[in-house]
Amino acid sequence: MNWNFIPLALGEAISPTTAAYALATIGLVVHFGFTGLVNFGQAGFMAVGGYAFAITTLKLDWPFPFAVLATIVASVLFAFVLGIPTLRLRADYLSIVTIAAAEIIRLSVKTAEIYDVTGGSTGLNGAADTFQALNPIPPGNYGIGVLRFTAPDLWTMIVGWALVLLACLLVWALMRSPWGRIVKGIREDEDAVRALGKNVFSYKMQALVLGGVLGGLAGALFILPRSLQPDNYGTQLTFFLYTIMLLGGATTIFGPLLGSAIFWVVLSLSDGLLTLGVDAHVLPISSTQQGPIRFIIVGFALMLLVIFRPQGILGKRIEVFFRA
Amino acid sequence: MSELIAGEPAPGVAKRDPILVADHVTRRFGGLTAVDVEHVEIPAHAITALIGPNGAGKTTFFNLLTGFDKPNTGHWTFRGEQLAGVPAFRVARRGMVRTFQLTKALALLSVIDNMLLGASNRAGENFFAALVPAAWRARDAQLTEKADELLRKFRLDTKRDDYAGSLSGGQRKLLEMARALMSDPALVMLDEPMAGVNPALTQSLLRHILELKEQGMTVLFVEHDMHVVREIADWVVVMAEGSVVAEGSPETVMSDPAVIDAYLGAHHGTDLGTVRGRLEVAEGMESELVRSEVEGEAAGDGR
Ligand SMILES: Nc1ncnc2c1ncn2[C@@H]1O[C@H](COP(=O)(O)OP(=O)(O)OP(=O)(O)O)[C@@H](O)[C@H]1O
Ligand SMILES: [Mg+2]
Repeated sequence: MNWNFIPLALGEAISPTTAAYALATIGLVVHFGFTGLVNFGQAGFMAVGGYAFAITTLKLDWPFPFAVLATIVASVLFAFVLGIPTLRLRADYLSIVTIAAAEIIRLSVKTAEIYDVTGGSTGLNGAADTFQALNPIPPGNYGIGVLRFTAPDLWTMIVGWALVLLACLLVWALMRSPWGRIVKGIREDEDAVRALGKNVFSYKMQALVLGGVLGGLAGALFILPRSLQPDNYGTQLTFFLYTIMLLGGATTIFGPLLGSAIFWVVLSLSDGLLTLGVDAHVLPISSTQQGPIRFIIVGFALMLLVIFRPQGILGKRIEVFFRA
Repeated sequence: MSELIAGEPAPGVAKRDPILVADHVTRRFGGLTAVDVEHVEIPAHAITALIGPNGAGKTTFFNLLTGFDKPNTGHWTFRGEQLAGVPAFRVARRGMVRTFQLTKALALLSVIDNMLLGASNRAGENFFAALVPAAWRARDAQLTEKADELLRKFRLDTKRDDYAGSLSGGQRKLLEMARALMSDPALVMLDEPMAGVNPALTQSLLRHILELKEQGMTVLFVEHDMHVVREIADWVVVMAEGSVVAEGSPETVMSDPAVIDAYLGAHHGTDLGTVRGRLEVAEGMESELVRSEVEGEAAGDGR
């Protein structure tokens, strides 16, 4: 029997994909956890960021820093498009519009007419080239035991996690400031905050933009180790991010990191265990059923979590108690 | 208290020094006219009570004046400036701060953070400056001091670091009132501030409100407890069925037949205002069944 899948699964905790999910979830925490904005379209922000990065890099030959800038600008614009019509209305409108907008993005990039720009349903390949050209790590094979990384892998990981930590620092600095006090107040009762002379619409917009930019950057980070595929940005991506957020704690700074790591480790551990079971003919399932069953396991774990630890792993119990 | 007015005491009488002047303010919900105020002036540097039976339109009138609701018609000025159409947060910044009848404590913020939200910290509330603590720390410390002093006055100092969600109903009322005072408003509008507050504390709060007046603040408050009104109000405005039906000093108003009428209506099994309002709704709906039902009810009410 091959038990190599265990260290490999644990290695998922530090993979660039885990970092990308953590970053997108930090954005979601800004929206949902701190400001009370129910954004069901974080996958849309990731798609906008990913496409902005890939198109400016591949089609316009922009250098890496400018492509990053384009990613940020595109996310800001997307946040405005979603926020301006909905943030004055009741909270539910934002959730409806975001879920729809994310799907519109995913479906419209597949249109044949713009195949030259977006690559249709096959997506875009090679957006990481300008990024890897900046890689200072000498080529080689790094790591311990079966957990090996190439130089490009390592470079993506280092930059990805640095970005995640930077985002944590930014959100932490904001949330301890009077700015953070206002958005948390808005989460509790926006009319009360309005009555105290704060421009609630403007703060909701700022929070939407901040979380959206983090989502957009996560979208760019997500395609560094892989090609850009429109179908990676379906609603299920948003729900994975919600899972990660609830796992770590919706109002915590480091929850998304922990949640993302656990999510990916559990997903790949259960995959490894299922493979063992299927190969040994212990489990009465085929290998095609394996994929969905992993998610059933994750869903089940989430159910238990919500029942026994609704505040998430790092959250405070008392916060759930006082939530009306 | 005739030194407040510049004319004969009557509904809508002009004041010598009005801080708030409202004209033709109406608000309809479907067929029900919740507010229909022809003209009213609130005297500056005085304590005015707004009284009236349940459903008289007091809260709706507050909502309109503070920008939380839009009137069908009407305009009003605050300290001489037009205020109709101004968004709620700007109204508050101009010095007109209100509290809510249904208390709005920010449950998952600590009591002290609730208080600090009441004042403004320009640098700290700006996205970019917020990242530089040096830009807002000093102001925050200054506000914290002020907040602590207010919390002591409102007997909430022991709760300072608890979540506001852990406060009792009465304590939330106190917190909301204290929070509203953080910005030193020119006019505080309190919607039933004493509801649910124990009598001993009510006494100390009343003293505090009188103190606010001595500092030059104007207070407009909605209250059902006539003892409270008699004790601290300089002027009383009576609303019934959306309109101002009487105005005067507490003593004169409470012996006014129009006021007794309005309140007696409220004390019957069915509120006259409610029935009359529903009658209009029924007409609006043109439903024979509902109309006859409501008309029957109104007739049974002795009219
Ligand atoms: N949003 C609304 N939609 C429909 N009708 C409303 C609405 N808000 C208030 N009303 C109606 O307007 C009338 C006035 O209500 P309001 O809350 O202003 O009364 P109030 O004087 O504050 O009464 P109370 O002393 O009970 O607080 C009531 O008949 C109420 O049913
Ligand atoms: Mg009321």
